[in-house]
Amino acid sequence: MAIRFTLNGDETTLDVDPAKPLLWTLREDIGLPGTKFGCGAGLCGACTVHVDGVATRACITPVGLIEGQSVTTIEAAGADPVGRHVVAAWCALDVPQCGYCQAGQIMNATAFLHEVPEPADADIDAAMAGNLCRCASYTRIRAAIKDAAHKAKEA
Amino acid sequence: MARTSLSRRSFIAASLLAGGGVAFEFALPLGRASAQGLDAAPITAFVRILPDNRVVIGGKNAEIGQGAKTMLPMLIAEELDVAWDSVTVEQTDADATIYGAQSAGGSRTTGREWLPMRQAGAAARAMVLAAAAQEWGVPVSALSSGQGRVLHEASGRAAPYATFAAGAARQTAPDPASLTLKDPSAFRIVGTRVMGVDTPAITQGKPLFGIDVDRPGMLHAVLETCPAVGGRFVSANLDEIRAMPGIEHVFVIEGDGQAESLLDGVAILSKSWWSADQARLALQVEWDTRAVEGYSTQGYAKCAAEALDRGPEKTVLDKGDVASALDGASQRITARYAVPILAHGTLEPQNTTALFTGDAIEIWSPTQNPESGRALVAAALGLEKEAIRIHFTRIGGGFGRRLMGDYMVQAAAIAAKVPGVPVKLLYSRQDEFRRDFFRAGAWHELDAGIDAAGRLTAFRDHYVTFGADGAPSRGAEVAAGIVPANLLANARIEQSLIATNLPTGWLRAPRSNSLGFVLLSFLDEVAQAGGRDLPALLLELLGEDARTIPGSGPREADFQTGRARSVIEKVLVLADWAGRGGLASGRGKGFGFYFSHAGYFAVVVEAQVRDGQVRVPRVWAAGDVGSQIVNPLNAEQQVRGAVIEGLGQALAGQEITQVDGAVEQANFDTHPFMRIDAVPEIEVAFVPSDNGPTGLGEPALPPVVGALVNAVHAATGTRIRKLPLREEDLV
Repeated sequence: MAIRFTLNGDETTLDVDPAKPLLWTLREDIGLPGTKFGCGAGLCGACTVHVDGVATRACITPVGLIEGQSVTTIEAAGADPVGRHVVAAWCALDVPQCGYCQAGQIMNATAFLHEVPEPADADIDAAMAGNLCRCASYTRIRAAIKDAAHKAKEA
Repeated sequence: MARTSLSRRSFIAASLLAGGGVAFEFALPLGRASAQGLDAAPITAFVRILPDNRVVIGGKNAEIGQGAKTMLPMLIAEELDVAWDSVTVEQTDADATIYGAQSAGGSRTTGREWLPMRQAGAAARAMVLAAAAQEWGVPVSALSSGQGRVLHEASGRAAPYATFAAGAARQTAPDPASLTLKDPSAFRIVGTRVMGVDTPAITQGKPLFGIDVDRPGMLHAVLETCPAVGGRFVSANLDEIRAMPGIEHVFVIEGDGQAESLLDGVAILSKSWWSADQARLALQVEWDTRAVEGYSTQGYAKCAAEALDRGPEKTVLDKGDVASALDGASQRITARYAVPILAHGTLEPQNTTALFTGDAIEIWSPTQNPESGRALVAAALGLEKEAIRIHFTRIGGGFGRRLMGDYMVQAAAIAAKVPGVPVKLLYSRQDEFRRDFFRAGAWHELDAGIDAAGRLTAFRDHYVTFGADGAPSRGAEVAAGIVPANLLANARIEQSLIATNLPTGWLRAPRSNSLGFVLLSFLDEVAQAGGRDLPALLLELLGEDARTIPGSGPREADFQTGRARSVIEKVLVLADWAGRGGLASGRGKGFGFYFSHAGYFAVVVEAQVRDGQVRVPRVWAAGDVGSQIVNPLNAEQQVRGAVIEGLGQALAGQEITQVDGAVEQANFDTHPFMRIDAVPEIEVAFVPSDNGPTGLGEPALPPVVGALVNAVHAATGTRIRKLPLREEDLV
């Protein structure tokens, strides 16, 4: 079945099983492996992408549900005005350890900062609690989100 | 402590690159073992100087997030004397015959590589300078270097390294012993805060990890194994699965009965991993579980209690006269502790891509231990080791899980059934919990005697863990050199073993992650009984005069009491320690110290307990891992990560349970790891000492759990003797 959506700014049409999760469509059918598989159940956040700007767990989102919507993945995070600051802060603070969760962290943080541009510490914790970092880079995730919020405000 | 050094037999081969640059390939056989007495093998690094004077350095070790891919090239670049921003790091393949040890385990990399990697850089620099001396007709002693340039001070001449590429390639390799390494005061890269070399690529979603490997014509595989580990395959509806849309192959993998290599399973192959995984929903397998279905969490607890009641099967350590010392003590403290089975939960599920071509196999794998995997694959497929080529990928978390090579053997066995077709095996999260090599459960009965002044005079620990035939299972041993046994005249460690069907393995800070909780909590009980706090008790045991206590075996580093004392004193200052009390009701501070992986760490944890809920607002950690922190930016993260992992083991509810031989947990909801909203402020301090640098992936973890439960006791008066900590323990 042909499914049409916007992917990182480009119109995309795919003939794919609508039940197939967006995660596997991105990785297998489109060739964008930045979005990661961690749990397959929406529990770890490694697969977080934006669907119409909303942070969404791609591993439990059937691709058929995103017909007509706009998907942004980590590969295009830097093209977003807030995402650009998030990515820059992630590098400046050297947030990643193993790095496997960080695509999801960056996408979740970017959607969050669009919603709450000047977050308090408790806001950050609440917004990011769905994203597991097994290496526990959390101290720097907090700091990088604050840094990105600051830079985005200045810009 | 013995330092790794290069032997006189070392040689360096240089050759011209096609593009006009020069490559230095170092094969530097080591004459002696490293600091931890292991891996006395040739070390090889790979350096290329490109025509534009950029430098490509091979990162030769497994990168699991511990920073080796950045740190080892930093050591080479330092002595090569080039600017770090001119360096590009490339991951090398896995091949011990070229690169020496490439594993990531036991926090050994730093100690093992500190000298050889610097010598590799210094040798390349010496060859460039020798070539420059010939070309300019000046003595090499008149030349110096800086930032990738050769300088002749007398004439004011200067030129980039790349100018001398051809000449350098013709140089005879210097004797490594003749090389002068930089004095640490001259370091320009080592000791600075260097961003991870893959950080930009990670933040852009570039393919780096094993799961990202993609080969032309590749098929994806899932492997179904028995829910009760060790169950044998009997039959399955294979034809029905074969007929499902998108399914390319379905076949039975006949195991060898060893979880370490290959257990029975059913492999399903498709052009899509998701399709293969979906097909499992329809897969019906009959397993023969008679040999393994008797194992359960309740059974272990019962067997362990019986073993503790019965008395030890074996004595591991017997110093002085423990029985008399305990009998003569003015006070005796006894307690039983229990530590649960844990899973690793690496966020990147196990995976390996393999291409079998009849008489050889090519493998892409995120492995912490490639040579172990190579040996297992060779044995399983009947191939020569030389017929196995292994490409390293970045690794989405290790924690010891990927020291095992089972996923490599499984991928190889599947690929061997479809010669010429690359196959990527990927675990589901449920597979991760079903096929882990778990942190072993442990049960302890501890006994201590204190004299009239409150001093600890005798110590006994009867521990029960998994094992068979007198040998504890992997990662479940108790080292005879543990504190306080190594500091006392009267100490005994006794062992009993119970059976399990679960394979056990190494989890970050193996043994110590379990013992740290048990020993530090029990010692806190002893300190309380003696009217002092735990740091005072430990400082008393350590004594004023620094001494060295030899490690209890070839793999155990010597214990230096002076280093222990300095990190303890440091953390007490950091945390403004004024005993355990002094805080408002429901708040308390707890202390822990542990020596493991040649590193010394003391921590203080502050806990706040209300309505059975424990919150940790702050943690302080002080560590001594030698004279030099190579990359402080990464080092601080390693310590914070270890602290948070330790807290999570106690507070997040982690516990593997078993019914009828099968693990009950299947995902992060039932085996949770700590999330950002529970993370404390963590202050980290390094206490440098005049000792060779050693690793940092593990030693900060073991004191954390003990310090936490001691803080909970200080806050509530409740002693936690069983993990994980549950709400009902505190209300």
